[in-house]
Amino acid sequence: MDLMTIVQILDSALRLATPLLFACLAGLFSERSGIFDIGLEGKILASAFLSASVAAFSGSVWIGLLGGIAGSVFLALLHGVASITFRGNQLISGVAINFLASGFTVVIGENWFGLGGRTPQLEGAARFQEITLPFADALRGVPVLGPIYSDLISGHSILVYVGLLAVLGTWWLLFRTRFGLRLRAVGENPESVDTAGVSVIRLRYSAVLICGCLCGLAGTYLATGLAAGFVKEMSAGRGFIALAALIFAKWRPGYALMACLLFGLLEAIGNRYQNIDIGGFQVPVQFMQALPYILTVVILAGFVGKAIPPRAGGEPYVKER
Amino acid sequence: MEKMPKWVDIALIPLINLFLALVVSGLVVLYIGEDPFEAISIMVNGAIGSTYGWGYTLYYATNFIFTGLAVAVSFQAKLFNIGGEGQAAIGGLGVALVCLAIPWPHWTMALPFAVIGGAVFGAAWAAIPAFLQATRGSHIVITTIMFNFIASAVMVYLLVNVLKKPGSMAPETARFPEGAFLPKAYDMASAVGLPFSRSAPLNVTFFVALLCCVLVYLLLWHTRLGYQIRAFGHSEPAARYAGISPVKITMITMLISGGLAGLMGINAVMGEAQRLVTDPVQGAGFVGIAVALMGRSHPLGVFLAGLLFGMLYQGGGELEFEIPAISREMILVIQALVILFTGALDNMIRMPVERLFLRMRKGSA
Repeated sequence: MDLMTIVQILDSALRLATPLLFACLAGLFSERSGIFDIGLEGKILASAFLSASVAAFSGSVWIGLLGGIAGSVFLALLHGVASITFRGNQLISGVAINFLASGFTVVIGENWFGLGGRTPQLEGAARFQEITLPFADALRGVPVLGPIYSDLISGHSILVYVGLLAVLGTWWLLFRTRFGLRLRAVGENPESVDTAGVSVIRLRYSAVLICGCLCGLAGTYLATGLAAGFVKEMSAGRGFIALAALIFAKWRPGYALMACLLFGLLEAIGNRYQNIDIGGFQVPVQFMQALPYILTVVILAGFVGKAIPPRAGGEPYVKER
Repeated sequence: MEKMPKWVDIALIPLINLFLALVVSGLVVLYIGEDPFEAISIMVNGAIGSTYGWGYTLYYATNFIFTGLAVAVSFQAKLFNIGGEGQAAIGGLGVALVCLAIPWPHWTMALPFAVIGGAVFGAAWAAIPAFLQATRGSHIVITTIMFNFIASAVMVYLLVNVLKKPGSMAPETARFPEGAFLPKAYDMASAVGLPFSRSAPLNVTFFVALLCCVLVYLLLWHTRLGYQIRAFGHSEPAARYAGISPVKITMITMLISGGLAGLMGINAVMGEAQRLVTDPVQGAGFVGIAVALMGRSHPLGVFLAGLLFGMLYQGGGELEFEIPAISREMILVIQALVILFTGALDNMIRMPVERLFLRMRKGSA
């Protein structure tokens, strides 16, 4: 395997990791505030559909981005109303949201475009184009570092860089601001936050809203960056892989980046090689596809470093009278 | 004192929720530019207007009763088994292995072994998440979701590399031997001289599903184990104090739940397809969640809700056929709304209704 192949695989891993990263950070905000979210998948799907549709109608990917975020935020609010206001079961609400998205995207998509649940192919300004970082072409000739800079680091759509910055932003917001401290507290012990005179409901709603926005970015990148339009069920389980990555990362932003890059790398390798030969033993491609889930179960089992979720996760908060 | 009469809790509130789900679905149909009343009459007619319709409705209902019972049993112990999809697929694998193992002379001999095969495989697939929940505290929802994906990878791997019929391109097993074919509704109806559609997939498994409803009812409300399961679901500390082992109850409940989901393979794999394909479940595992919620985790409720969802699936298929502007995914929208209103937004209706009954009681007292 030469340098070029490695750079190509890593490049594709970074692309594939980006939607996972957005969704994983989205789940991180929600779960840190004590709201379980297994509806990431549905929110990604809804925003992928709406971003591609709006971009197709308007011809501008930026307006499409707004559409994608709006769709995802709508579902996030629905989750908020069900699980915060009406104190419903957060897991069941997540299941409902996933079905809602897989149903609506096709029913409405067929009505709008009549293409069997697809949107028209997006071109030009209706897609996020690849950005060439400064000096990328000039430095390509430099050995080793040249290809790494010009092919791996440069040449992605802007959302990839936004995703990497979002990791930093999430860390800063959660661990260096008052809002973040309260958000983490509300996921561990909402009574104490309430006693301190801070509204549990408002904090949880803001976490759910941030979650909606980030999922909107994940879906938008999927439909307008990674692909050129929406296809039925295009999220293909990414919301659940992101959930797996979140557990793998033990609900921490830095680890989330690592976990998403790892799962992106697994997908990139699986896409490139159908079967991998390790010392005469054939590793089937299905094993590579199942590996993120297997790793998550192993982590959850606590045999390799225990993953402990936020303590108040999944419990609706009832104010004492 | 009870806040409201029992019939409100088990009948009125689910019906209001169902009604709301249908109203929102009707608005979607209206948005598409079609007549919702026409749509619903096509659905009802397509589902129960002919023996063909009934044959499909009850076939789907059979699947949903199995997966619904699976979720309902786990709900009774306050465990949320979201892995019915994977357990049913692996259960189907178990059924297929039994059917292919020997040239069965007659279905009456094959069926009991297939039941064992499906139940054991389904239960085995639930065993690891159950064990991890019971002993390591890993959240069962997450582990069962992960096991759904692992199951689908296992199914594809086995069908592509191991079980595929030699010389065939499609990833499916050879057809089962004729002795493992279950009698269809047509065979049974013509035996007693009644006409029934020849092409409908409804088969003898329907009666197995009914039997399972009765057995689950007896288990939950007429045995010591059922009492322990429900006690554990109501209050874990109280159950623990009463000497009920949480590890044991979690394991047993999940094994029963997985086994019930696995039995779905009898209907879909042995009864209908008569061979194993990569995805024999087709989302029925998730429908089970809606069925269990709608049926309030009671076998009778699960039976009725399973019937309702059977009608929805068959009627929805006919709907796309009659009005092409409404795609088949409309079923998913209705299903999602039913889960949303009966499951997640239940308190939205329950709280005002409770208040109404309290006021009425005060007025009459």
